[in-house]
Amino acid sequence: MTSALTLNHYLIVSGLLFALGIAGVIIRRNALVIYMALEMNLNAANLALIAFSKFNRIIEGQILVFFIIAIAAAEVAVGLAIIVALYRRKQSISVDELTTMRL
Amino acid sequence: MNIHDALFWFFSIAMLGCGFLVIASRNPVTSAMFLVLLFVFMAGLFLLLEAIFIAAIQVLVYAGAVMVLFLFVIMLLDIKASERRKFKALGVFGGIAVAVAFVWELMIILSQSVKPLTSGGAELHGGLEEVVKPFFAYYMLPFEVTALLLLVAMVGVVLLSKKELK
Repeated sequence: MTSALTLNHYLIVSGLLFALGIAGVIIRRNALVIYMALEMNLNAANLALIAFSKFNRIIEGQILVFFIIAIAAAEVAVGLAIIVALYRRKQSISVDELTTMRL
Repeated sequence: MNIHDALFWFFSIAMLGCGFLVIASRNPVTSAMFLVLLFVFMAGLFLLLEAIFIAAIQVLVYAGAVMVLFLFVIMLLDIKASERRKFKALGVFGGIAVAVAFVWELMIILSQSVKPLTSGGAELHGGLEEVVKPFFAYYMLPFEVTALLLLVAMVGVVLLSKKELK
């Protein structure tokens, strides 16, 4: 296949998505949307790893992505449970309300 | 421009547009819907990179399981309209500044020719056998530890979801 795409194309897309994720984490005040932006960051890292795996012809990149997806699923479950527990206490999921360490 | 390149540009631009809409939309449900689209477009990019198994896992786990969990929690919490307040000017400025600085730094690094190694083996095809075989040859312990971690996460979620936290 005579494709003009290089590793840099994929890395730039991955970097732009990661930047969007960072901006989302900083700008948004809603804990759920912050979580979604974090998921975007994980996906950007996955894209970079798969691109490296393809262009370097090393399968380990894809194996690492498999582990990241498994860990991310566990992390989302725990994080959302924490958000639900916080909502029960504070009746709000805005991070502006969470200014103290103690509940 | 062949079909491969055209699909790359389509998936990339659509994915970044969805990413922008995730962080820009006021309603968390709208954000979640655009996040599903983003995951699907990302699976398309994985297919272009010939990571077929990972693309399937991406759709199953992210677009399926994770997003169902997100939507379930959004519905469970029943966010009031007063939660959807405006963004703070300082936060918006800071977020955009950090993102722009990150992209700038990335461009500087990538302009200094990042070349792939050429010592690698044969062309990868990302099929099930190729990806899964190393799990049972070299990565047996991490694989089992991941299973244990999923169990621990499940117990933790059940504990956190109890009515009384003590």
